[in-house]
Amino acid sequence: MTQLATRESEAQQDEVQRRGRGLGWMSLGLGVAQLAAPDTVRRISGVDDSATSRTVVPLVGARELVHAAGLLTSRRKNVWAWTRVAGDAMDLTALAMAIAHRDGHRRRRLLAVTGAIAGITALDLLTAVRATQTSKTGSAPTARSARREREGGSMDLTATTTIRRPASEVYAFWRDLENLPTFMAHLEQVRTTGDRTSHWSAAAPFGSSVEWDAEITDETPGEKIAWRSTGDAKVPNAGTVRFLPAPDGVSTEVHVVLVYDIPGGAVGKAVAKYFGEEPHQQLDDDLRRLKQVLETGEVVRSDGAPWGKRARKEFPQRPAQPLSDAELEKGADA
Amino acid sequence: MRANTWAGRNKVEVRDVPDPKILNNRDAIVRITSTAICGSDLHLVDGYVPTMQDGDILGHEFMGEVIEVGSGVSADKLRVGDRVVVPFPIACGACAACAAELYSCCENTNPNAGISEKMFGHPTAGIFGYSHLTGGFAGGQAQYARVPFADVGPLKIESDLTDEQVLFLSDILPTGYMGAEMCDIQPSDVVAVWGAGPVGQFAMDSARVLGAAKVMAIDKEPYRLQMAERAGHIPVNFDEVDVRSTLLELTGGRGPDKCIDAVGMEATHGSAHIAAYDRVKQAVRSETERPHALRQAIMSCRSGGVVSVIGVYGGLMDKFPTGAWMNRSLTLRTGQCHVQRYMKPLLQRIERGEIDPTRIITHTLPLDQAEHGFDIFKNKQDNCEKIVLKP
Repeated sequence: MTQLATRESEAQQDEVQRRGRGLGWMSLGLGVAQLAAPDTVRRISGVDDSATSRTVVPLVGARELVHAAGLLTSRRKNVWAWTRVAGDAMDLTALAMAIAHRDGHRRRRLLAVTGAIAGITALDLLTAVRATQTSKTGSAPTARSARREREGGSMDLTATTTIRRPASEVYAFWRDLENLPTFMAHLEQVRTTGDRTSHWSAAAPFGSSVEWDAEITDETPGEKIAWRSTGDAKVPNAGTVRFLPAPDGVSTEVHVVLVYDIPGGAVGKAVAKYFGEEPHQQLDDDLRRLKQVLETGEVVRSDGAPWGKRARKEFPQRPAQPLSDAELEKGADA
Repeated sequence: MRANTWAGRNKVEVRDVPDPKILNNRDAIVRITSTAICGSDLHLVDGYVPTMQDGDILGHEFMGEVIEVGSGVSADKLRVGDRVVVPFPIACGACAACAAELYSCCENTNPNAGISEKMFGHPTAGIFGYSHLTGGFAGGQAQYARVPFADVGPLKIESDLTDEQVLFLSDILPTGYMGAEMCDIQPSDVVAVWGAGPVGQFAMDSARVLGAAKVMAIDKEPYRLQMAERAGHIPVNFDEVDVRSTLLELTGGRGPDKCIDAVGMEATHGSAHIAAYDRVKQAVRSETERPHALRQAIMSCRSGGVVSVIGVYGGLMDKFPTGAWMNRSLTLRTGQCHVQRYMKPLLQRIERGEIDPTRIITHTLPLDQAEHGFDIFKNKQDNCEKIVLKP
């Protein structure tokens, strides 16, 4: 999603929140009136001749208080606006039954009340529809990640590190895309299929894996590589890595941007869960391992985190004592 | 093999654990001939350093014989049979920090760098037997240890010096020395050292070696003060005298030119109510430090002086005297010791007889008695200053 689009959806979201609160206050007023002065409400509505209405009016009042509580306290205005629409439908049905049994001034009063309720119903319906649309296309700022999990969206990750090797070397290592799985936690394998094309597979939750094709879209030797997934990747993605000489004259700054277009539904949910609450942390750790590989030759292992790039997933870790032969044999998949 | 492990707060246990194996190709396996209990091990055992796990092997001061090397260790660096002292920070030798000789800040050796970065702002090096925050590496209070980057850290001992003479090159001697070196000592300097434990004793000896005019030892344990006095330093017992006025008296009202905090996060205090205040705050984890020694060092140091901190701190402290520090132009210098930087020059000083590291050893115990060792060291029983363990 572009920044502009994000801003627009945030404005819509604010509007929905404001209207939802308005309806909430109205529900509160109606509910209090029906509970505190049911006889007045019955007289105005023209149903003061009915014993049933003595029970129904306070019940409707209580229901209004439920709407009010939901609309005023929850951020999920779409759900609560729809409960109001359902309540309106009940009210209109009850009113239609009441009209059928009455005539004269009571019928006129009932018709007036029905007109008012119909107007409120239209307002409720409009708010509910808008709230539902907004929750699909955008997200409330405070609940953005949770929304993304349910509804999908795009996720941009950036990370940077400095590696004490010349840019040409760091570039060459990255350009051989088959090297990426040595330091990127989620990648299982990258296979070069052509000069600019490659086939990627990544670990997905619950032991499954996802695969996709990718192509290099732009590259400047020693400076930059950009790539994106092609075909119908389950999680369309793109990335750019830039290699800049550091001020020390020896090291290279590596700047990475990854963009994942996360789909809605089960796949999106799984992807979001996989990246966890801190997807940036994972990319930071990936770059830390890239630095280890280029500066020291290997991903560093400890007894507590013996399987290199799985370190973060291993928390709480195994104790800092040597691995048994059985553990070593089982390896990283233990 | 047998190894001394962390078994929960205030509990260590010598257990049977698997023998170490090569995990990275620049590893070596060392058969340990001597190892020691460090004051900073007490911070782990007392439960003030987070990310300890039941079964973690303790110990970061050890030496021994190389019995296996990985395929990435070249023979001109290290061979099977070499006798080595292993520095406690694990350093790769290739990153920018190592290039600047800031080995304890190595950028590559901590597999849990992400956690250490969250706590400290930037990651720090891996350390043997020193919590998962510093990498989750098994320690050296054991019969064997895996030593990563064996071609970078370990110092070969080719002379016939005893284990006891060189063992402390692994940590406390370089740590004490760095504490003194950071003071930029001038011939006219009076140096005050808070803490007469093993690191404090070596900081005092180093200050003298570096040319200080006078060295003072501040502690409350008579046997530790006597040990410092026997080595030629001036004892100040904070249980008996007011430290500030005593220091002023001993320096003609100027205050010490250079102050070294060799105490760290679990200081005790002569004033019961101040001690209680920090004790409570630390116990409920609203600060991680009990920093009386550091506060007092800052307040005591002469204007324009240096306060050098080698005692270990872990997180956050309250009531740091920023006013004194700023208004009196004090310089605060600190760091986990960059041991690799000091091992060779200090080995030469030992060979020349300028420093005698063995003077602090009060106990030598078999590894299986590590639990007893921790007990007497922590509770300062039996005049315990430094324990060497023999696996």
